[in-house]
Amino acid sequence: MLVLALAILTLGGCAALCVRHSVRWSTFLGVTSAVAGCLAGLIPAGRVLLGAPTQSLRVPWDVPYGAFFVAVDPLSAYFLLPIFGLSALAAVYGGQYMLAYRGEKALGVSWFFFNLLVASMALVVVARNAILFLAAWEMMALASFFLVTLQDEDESVRDAGRTYLIASHLGTAFLLAFFVILGGGASSLDFDRFTPSSHAGLLFILAAVGFGTKAGFVPLHVWLPEAHPAAPTHVSAVMSGVLIKTGIYGILRTLTLLAPLPYWAGWLLIAVGVTSGVLGALAALLQHDLKRLLAYSSVENIGIVALGLGLGLVGLHAGLAPLAVLGFAGALLHVLNHALFKGLLFLGAGSVLHTTQTRDMEKFGGLLKRMPGTGILFLIGAAAIAGLPPLNGFVSEFLIYAGAFTAAASVDSEALGPALATISALVLIGGLAVACFAKAFGMIFLGEPRSDQAAHAHEQGRAMRGPMVLLAAGCALIGILSTPLVGQLAPVLEQVTALPGSTVHAALGQVTGILGSISLGAFGLLVLVGVVVAIRWAALAGKPLAAGPTWDCGYARPSSRMQYTASSFTQPLTDLFGPLLGPRRRFTAPQGFFPQAASFTTETPDVYRERLYGPLFAGVQKGLSAFRWLQHGRIQLYVLHIALTLLVLLLWKLAQP
Amino acid sequence: MSLSALLPPLLAVTLAPLLLGIVTRTKAVVAGRVGPPLLQAYHDLAKLMRKGAVYSHTTTWVFRTGPVVGLAAVILATTLVPFGSSSALLAFPGDMILFVYLLALTRFVTVIAALDTGSSFEGMGASREVTFSTLAEPALLLGLAAVARRTGSLSLSGMVPNLTLAVWAQAAPTLALVVAALLVVFLAENGRIPVDDPTTHLELTMLHEVMVLDHGGPDLALILYGAAVKLWLLGALLVGILPLHGGDPWLSSAAAIAAMGTLAVITGLVESSMARLRLTHVPKLLVGAGVLSVLAVLLGWR
Repeated sequence: MLVLALAILTLGGCAALCVRHSVRWSTFLGVTSAVAGCLAGLIPAGRVLLGAPTQSLRVPWDVPYGAFFVAVDPLSAYFLLPIFGLSALAAVYGGQYMLAYRGEKALGVSWFFFNLLVASMALVVVARNAILFLAAWEMMALASFFLVTLQDEDESVRDAGRTYLIASHLGTAFLLAFFVILGGGASSLDFDRFTPSSHAGLLFILAAVGFGTKAGFVPLHVWLPEAHPAAPTHVSAVMSGVLIKTGIYGILRTLTLLAPLPYWAGWLLIAVGVTSGVLGALAALLQHDLKRLLAYSSVENIGIVALGLGLGLVGLHAGLAPLAVLGFAGALLHVLNHALFKGLLFLGAGSVLHTTQTRDMEKFGGLLKRMPGTGILFLIGAAAIAGLPPLNGFVSEFLIYAGAFTAAASVDSEALGPALATISALVLIGGLAVACFAKAFGMIFLGEPRSDQAAHAHEQGRAMRGPMVLLAAGCALIGILSTPLVGQLAPVLEQVTALPGSTVHAALGQVTGILGSISLGAFGLLVLVGVVVAIRWAALAGKPLAAGPTWDCGYARPSSRMQYTASSFTQPLTDLFGPLLGPRRRFTAPQGFFPQAASFTTETPDVYRERLYGPLFAGVQKGLSAFRWLQHGRIQLYVLHIALTLLVLLLWKLAQP
Repeated sequence: MSLSALLPPLLAVTLAPLLLGIVTRTKAVVAGRVGPPLLQAYHDLAKLMRKGAVYSHTTTWVFRTGPVVGLAAVILATTLVPFGSSSALLAFPGDMILFVYLLALTRFVTVIAALDTGSSFEGMGASREVTFSTLAEPALLLGLAAVARRTGSLSLSGMVPNLTLAVWAQAAPTLALVVAALLVVFLAENGRIPVDDPTTHLELTMLHEVMVLDHGGPDLALILYGAAVKLWLLGALLVGILPLHGGDPWLSSAAAIAAMGTLAVITGLVESSMARLRLTHVPKLLVGAGVLSVLAVLLGWR
């Protein structure tokens, strides 16, 4: 069934490629095959999660050590859900969104790569052979690279694509080493034949770097804020919502392959989580480019997932089953939740960009009146990602918090440090996320328009709002009724923690009990909102309601340029945390008794890109320029070099006994 | 669940405005004035509820929803905080997290309602509010984590009854640090001096009050009432950590009410005796409170 889904995706993509000159046919074929393939793929995933046994398929392959060996176990099935779910919705959205590129770009090509991306992401999470896995991994990177560089006439897009390509391949290099060492011990590259290695620590670091590059762990995240804004929005949604999660999947799969891991592995993930979470949240807060803001917020959320994974590992090591279950359950649920709300926010951002043609938050304002539907959906996404009850972001963050508090209250002092780090980081992230998304929603949708583009914005069509409605409904549903969903995580948790089923079920039983109370609270909140609405309505009934300009302490002629802007909103936090991120400010102070012009803008480039990778790659370039004489453009000499190398290798091989 | 669990929310929703009266009266007495009656806040709320409203052309439904959701979240939070000997209506492991996030929800809707007016005054208030609460929240949750470690309980209603004199005798340094941190959070989150001055409305007070400049009538009443309940709740949390438990349930409830009154008097005395801090110094105070909480957790390292 899954293979059928992959086939539909690939063939549909090829068909769209064949008719790339016809806008209508390529869009129709691309979208239909993407949606059909995703729906077909959801069936086996759902069946396995609901308790069906693991399905696997092994076809021998000519590639040395390779085999077409795929299997859908609970862990794979759990990741297939967001991959297929969000991709189908993004495809529907993209069907309309991409029409804006009609005439400039061959839409069939972009649909080919989109379908290939979805198929390769699915293949990554079901592959059970390292060669197949790496091939799918590479296919995923290349397909997304071509989607990122769709607007390649723009220099910044080419630059983003290059950064992405280099980062992906550096990450893959670590994975190659990882699989070679792991398979070297077992002399097979099938996942089920790997034997526990004596180098578990080294292997874990290789995996953390390789998968962490894809996931966007700080400081390996530099490609993320470049590539995500450059891609068309529905692709950004898929990349931010699910593509980076394949990195998290990789780490979880590594845990099952390498267990038991040394104690510091948990600490490592917590350290990664703290830095990614806090720095991602801060960087997101300081961005004024809407899509970059969302991209950095993905780094933040990956940090939250890493905190959960780290706590889970600490719990496994300390023998605290409830802590392990809470940590891993929180991380897994956050993976799904983030796919929902980040998908929603990116699609919302796409609708805004589509009509205003700008990503600069200083130019928006007042869009709620012009795009009421998109506005309320964006607000739901913003509240969910800020972790506010009664939405889904709160539930997964709550699980991780509850894990940290369990660790803090346990007698085991080994777990106290991680608990302290997690609580401090999560609460700081929570505060920053509230600030960040209050700013994002407030600056885009509220107040008065700050530019003509914003003043002339208009609502987008149903094909673009429909997917967003479904995503928002998912956010609300998981927020209010989390108990059944978290209960279904038992098989995935058993697989990841390798704890006995009864232990997992007991711990999960307590968790679902607590989540029941939270659902009760969520219902209570809805009821109370109803009561307060009724009170307000009764109080206002029959009273005079007047309308006027904003009072503004009596200032009679406010203009839209006097509003607080994104820069001014974040200025106190910029001042506080500036040293961590090095924002640049341009400030022209007002001068004289009758000042004329004054301006203040801030801009926050990626501090790691500027201070770590910039010098690093400059150094590499300097070091390697010694070999530049080799690169002269004469092909016959290149062939000679290759022949000589082969000869040397042959002699070396012959010289060996 | 016993009937006594209804007591904390009931006390919170009925007595909260009285707390404001006590603070104002204390300040008046210190300044040598007579001051408004103790029940003035109730009269103010009743007056506002009887008024109509003026809405700006710029605003949308976000502006009208803000006060409603904000108050609903605070009222829900009253079911999470135990008082005296009564445990809370909704008590479960990790309930303090829901408590903190409900306050965050109130803040979020207040901030977006402020931004909805398009006024730079309100934008300024919103900006400062999110900055300071980002720093105050860690102090609150870490302080509660320290108490959780001392009492071995993960729910507020489980922690509070365990904080008897005997436990205090054992863990006085930890708990005293938490009380100090929570006192700072109490003053900061409720917009009291030394962080904010609730009695002025213009430049001096660029926090809570300035965010609600454009609200009037019943909307303003909902906001002011919500703020009073929040004052009560954070106070109840602080009072809950004091060793007032054990023995007769009525006695401990009475002691808790008395302690709330004392807290209001202390707030009044603080407001009478010092000036508001310069804005740039507020983060130092809040981070300081956070450090106290971290110390409190670390003292429990065995």
